[in-house]
Amino acid sequence: MDSNQTDAVRSTMLDGNAAAGLLSEIFISEMTSSSIECANCGREGELGTLLAFLQAPGVVLRCPACEQVILRIVESPEAIYLEARGAAYLRLARTLAA
Amino acid sequence: MASNFISRGFTGKRRQPEAAERVPPGQYITPDFPVLSAGPTPRTPLDHWSFTIEGLVGEAVKWSWEQFLQLPVRTFVVDIHCVTKWSKLDTQWEGVSIDTLFEHIDLDPKAMYVTAFCDGGYTTNVPLVDVINGQAFVAYQYDGKPLAAEHGGPARLVVPHLYFWKSAKWVRGLRLTEKDKPGFWESLGYNNHGDPWKEERYW
Amino acid sequence: MKRLLEWQIATVTSIHQETPRAKTFTLQLPNWMEHKAGQHYDVRLTAPDGYQAQRSYSIASEPERSGEIDLTVERIQDGEVSTYMHDVLIVGDQIEVRGPIGGYFVWEAAMTDPVLLIAGGSGVVPLMAMIRHRAAAGSKTPARLLYSSRTPQDVIYSAELDRLQGSQNGLGIFLTYTRRQPTGWSGFARRIDVPMLREVAGPLGNSTQAYVCGPTRMVEAVADGLLQIGLPPNQIRTERFGPTGGI
Repeated sequence: MDSNQTDAVRSTMLDGNAAAGLLSEIFISEMTSSSIECANCGREGELGTLLAFLQAPGVVLRCPACEQVILRIVESPEAIYLEARGAAYLRLARTLAA
Repeated sequence: MASNFISRGFTGKRRQPEAAERVPPGQYITPDFPVLSAGPTPRTPLDHWSFTIEGLVGEAVKWSWEQFLQLPVRTFVVDIHCVTKWSKLDTQWEGVSIDTLFEHIDLDPKAMYVTAFCDGGYTTNVPLVDVINGQAFVAYQYDGKPLAAEHGGPARLVVPHLYFWKSAKWVRGLRLTEKDKPGFWESLGYNNHGDPWKEERYW
Repeated sequence: MKRLLEWQIATVTSIHQETPRAKTFTLQLPNWMEHKAGQHYDVRLTAPDGYQAQRSYSIASEPERSGEIDLTVERIQDGEVSTYMHDVLIVGDQIEVRGPIGGYFVWEAAMTDPVLLIAGGSGVVPLMAMIRHRAAAGSKTPARLLYSSRTPQDVIYSAELDRLQGSQNGLGIFLTYTRRQPTGWSGFARRIDVPMLREVAGPLGNSTQAYVCGPTRMVEAVADGLLQIGLPPNQIRTERFGPTGGI
């Protein structure tokens, strides 16, 4: 990945940690330390390590290795939509983190 | 997401619209041009860039960057409306009308919908009737200057009468289809049509 | 099913100007929950017509201080939430918050590997929570802070860092200034680069856990630099703050 890109999109990109609050509305477990395997390239890592694009009509979490979409979340007034086709699996640790 | 709590003294940075009749419901005018993206900015070199019209057409047509620049170019001044509630009036673009592009193809009578496809994998779907007759164009300049990559350059689709997520950045072509195929946001919560005047934001 | 996190209404009990652009807000929480150093709270503002704006701010205070949290917030020009907090909020006001949030970017005193904390601008906030927690827990784990600021006026918590530097609890503090240095300064005077990382990280050893926080571009450059000096990727944790938080 070219980390010399200096555009506005790159500088507003965050880590998966930034989506933690939103994910807490969906999941019981603390999500950012959950493991996710990328369905595209097989990279496994904590959700907190994913590339987070929050400046969009929805939240998009991408694999830091291949940049493919792993999770998409859209909030409408009535619902939260979640699509996780880009994840081969999510592993949610049982311990409720503080 | 609703709250009964009101933050004392908070109004947000919206401005009162000077031209209220030009601002769809729920929108506010912004002087900036916010950059919203679902992914990293694609960087396609111009000598690799092409624009294609394919699908339910007699024969697919493809233009290189040089060829695209030879097409009749026009200035468009339009208002744009983002589903995240900001609107920007009188934005100026230079580019090629979809009508001009369609002069080069043989449209199959079964073609009813258009899918715009882009570098980075983004897609969006628009009914054919919403992109013809002067309603849409492919822009490669904004305000007289080459379209910045973070705003969709080298070229983006602009369909100003629909929410701006339909104005696909980094567009590489249009695919004509018989059936509607929901695109990136339309497949997850966002309205299939997206008319800001009817507040068609979500499913 | 009860959710882990609910919005609650906190009361501002104290506001302290740290630097010209940064203020610390002490919030008393009716449903305070012990947090971990590195976590954040979401802050949500609601206008009378229902319009809402929401941002995340790192917790500056240690979990040992119960019942309340400190949020240190940098005032961003044209920022919706930070300008409200800086310009409108007063002691006694209420503010809606949700947290604590985040399990990935945390440090606990039970972790015994040496710790390298690297901050750019307001990225120092969650790292300060880690430093304060380390002190409160009486931890002797070797720890170093490398903190990049533009000028001496921009160093948040400078008096406290001075005090901690002087104390004997094994915390090393390295400041670097990118625009203007204090008179007579003999320390680093440039952006964080690979030689600087090598110099600061070297003595901590191979099992060092690094936490990097600041503007997105700075975080990426530093994370690359840490890889270059040989730190494995799984020992590098990053928290990007977006485009703001000058270094």
